[in-house]
Amino acid sequence: MTNKIITKELTGSQVFLECLKNEGVDTIFGYPGGVILGIYEAFYHEKKIKHYLVRHEQAAIHAAEGYARVTGKCGVAIVTSGPGATNTITGIANAYLDGHPLVVFTGQVSASLIGNDAFQEADIVGITRSCSKHNYLVKDIKDLARVIKEAFYIANTGKKGPVVIDLAKNVLDAKIEFEYPKEVDLEGYNPTYKGNPKQISKALQLLCNAKRPAIISGGGVLSSEASEELTELAKLLNVPVATTLMGIGTYPMNDQMALGMLGMHGNYWANYAISNCDVLFSIGTRFNDRITGPSKEFAKNAQIIHIDIDPCSISKNVTANIPIVGDAKIVLQAMLEEFKAKNYEINKENKREWFEQIEEWKKQRVIPEIQSEKLHVHTVLEQIYEYTKEYEPIVATEVGQHQMWTAQAFNFTKPRKLLTSGGLGTMGFGFPAAMGACLADKNRLVLNIAGDGSIQMNIQELATCVEYNLPVKVMIMNNGYLGMVRQWQEKLFDRHYSETKISGPDFVKVAEAYGAKGIRIKKKEEIIPALKEAIEYQGPVFLDFIVEPFEMVYPWVLAGTPIDKVILSRKE
Amino acid sequence: MQHTISVLVKNEAGALSRMTNLFSARGYNIESLTVSTTLDTKYARATIVVTHCDDSVIEQILKQLHKLIPVIKVCDLTPENSTTLELVFIKVDSKNEVGELLKIAEAFGVKVIDVSPKTYTLQAVCNEKQLKSLVELLRPIGIKDIVRSGAVSINVKSE
Ligand SMILES: Cc1ncc(C[n+]2csc(CCOP(=O)(O)OP(=O)(O)O)c2C)c(N)n1
Ligand SMILES: [Mg+2]
Repeated sequence: MTNKIITKELTGSQVFLECLKNEGVDTIFGYPGGVILGIYEAFYHEKKIKHYLVRHEQAAIHAAEGYARVTGKCGVAIVTSGPGATNTITGIANAYLDGHPLVVFTGQVSASLIGNDAFQEADIVGITRSCSKHNYLVKDIKDLARVIKEAFYIANTGKKGPVVIDLAKNVLDAKIEFEYPKEVDLEGYNPTYKGNPKQISKALQLLCNAKRPAIISGGGVLSSEASEELTELAKLLNVPVATTLMGIGTYPMNDQMALGMLGMHGNYWANYAISNCDVLFSIGTRFNDRITGPSKEFAKNAQIIHIDIDPCSISKNVTANIPIVGDAKIVLQAMLEEFKAKNYEINKENKREWFEQIEEWKKQRVIPEIQSEKLHVHTVLEQIYEYTKEYEPIVATEVGQHQMWTAQAFNFTKPRKLLTSGGLGTMGFGFPAAMGACLADKNRLVLNIAGDGSIQMNIQELATCVEYNLPVKVMIMNNGYLGMVRQWQEKLFDRHYSETKISGPDFVKVAEAYGAKGIRIKKKEEIIPALKEAIEYQGPVFLDFIVEPFEMVYPWVLAGTPIDKVILSRKE
Repeated sequence: MQHTISVLVKNEAGALSRMTNLFSARGYNIESLTVSTTLDTKYARATIVVTHCDDSVIEQILKQLHKLIPVIKVCDLTPENSTTLELVFIKVDSKNEVGELLKIAEAFGVKVIDVSPKTYTLQAVCNEKQLKSLVELLRPIGIKDIVRSGAVSINVKSE
């Protein structure tokens, strides 16, 4: 007898599962098909990883992103080749623009057939090249484990984002002795985490001497878990904080120094503070045009300090005077240490006028225009917020008026509680993202604030919710319109409501047909009982709020105008 | 303004299209592009020449190139810190003015690599400016075709 150790060979499909386990994955969203049958055979025998069968591949990606947003871990999804893969594009682009970590596996035809227009072949590596952080085509089983290891590493480090792995069918069928690499070797990939110390002291000096300083906190603060550091530093330096849509929750909205959201539908006072500050300290935001307006007009008189992990974001849209490439948390920690160690002096007296001015601006609030007996979305949302706040719910939104009203009405005090599609603005994101959230934080109340247009883009996922009992409470703000587009048509196109009146099914009946609960709400006094009933119910619920169709979201800054040109009512 | 960008990149499938995507996605045309392996065949070096490109856009593209996972190093080369040359083959009509043609060839250090009853084929190693004058002088004689390798550049001053 020989002494040779006999190690069991695994198929590519089994290797795939072993790699996921090594990465600590226990939840995966997917949809099977021809070329990945091997993987589904492996799932059949798998106990540690739970696969959730969605009803459309786009939803698998959004659900994985919802999961990633809540946990901070990589979301994982698997789909088949061809149409399965092309159905994921919107989801991948969405995660790319908002910087959330995903590893997306797509099936591919066997290596020998690639390029032949084989059945269900799509060049997914080519298609996703510009909407993913990185992608791989695996043609040889020898590369499989290494590629998966690298993908998880790339997705969840540096500027986070989706990584796509295209798995040729022959790889899944081949066999190999499995060994998971311990380390990654990526010579060309070295994100900068630590900020330059000289820049850090310059930034502190500038902030200490400022008379009218302001902070913008963006999604990068959320990604790097830097809320605590941000809050401590803002208090120490005595600087008010505005957040972008993506940064909501990184600074408690109920804090005295919070300015709330800025931008196109941001608070009047936040936009004014940013427009008039003398030092702007901006952390983890790429200065998207939705928050800057024309970039030449933006924070015209300010010295700008900009922290970002992505060098590409710095001085792209707005030129930074003090650029700091680094991870928000690490840089903010360094700033705190430096501040405490040295004798920086801040003159609070210096800033008294500034804070008085901000208080003055805070009087400029939107006065809701009451047009009808119908429910008004902000009334509904205020009540939802008040009624649910003790649960600290996770709130996923779709895209449109209801999204902006949600951002305004909910006083988010913690990060990772608002899931909304910022960069891509994807209608249909919220509902599947909410499913992902249910699995990420199993005992938490999860709401999906939806529009009647958006919900119809991924409504099929109600079957998924029912099957796995994912108790998403979907609050449909049913205004009969693609409201946000209608709003622009009202103001800019003479009320020509071209193709924005949209019908929908009876959402209560739809819910019931899927085996979920449906509740219709038409009057104010019905709101609270409906919420109570929905929360007490153990499964998914559609709440169909019939609301006034012609409401407008204010504050509103028209696209292309500076952000201090804030419109507060129809009269302007 | 013209930019010559030198990129050291992993020698792997898809690396080239990741790089060129950054230009095409912005609607920019690449003037010339050469790629070949380096001494260590694990890597390749690409020389990308672009014209009519805003400096701010180039700055973005340089950063984006650097961000690509297989990219190891990116340099924006200027005439001050680098030498840029390309290989050019020119087919010239040889029916008339052969004497003139050979004179020009000699003055430019151009080799005649093939002669046929109708055509002289020339080989030049030159920069863009030299090529322009060469073409101007040869044009009256009759240029039939021209094949250019695209520029390769090397950093010469800093090391
Ligand atoms: C997939 C997709 N298609 C189109 C748009 C453009 N768009 C932005 S908001 C909006 C209207 C959304 O309507 P609804 O969901 O009813 O929300 P409301 O504005 O009425 O609250 C549209 C069509 C988009 N953001 N996403
Ligand atoms: Mg609507």
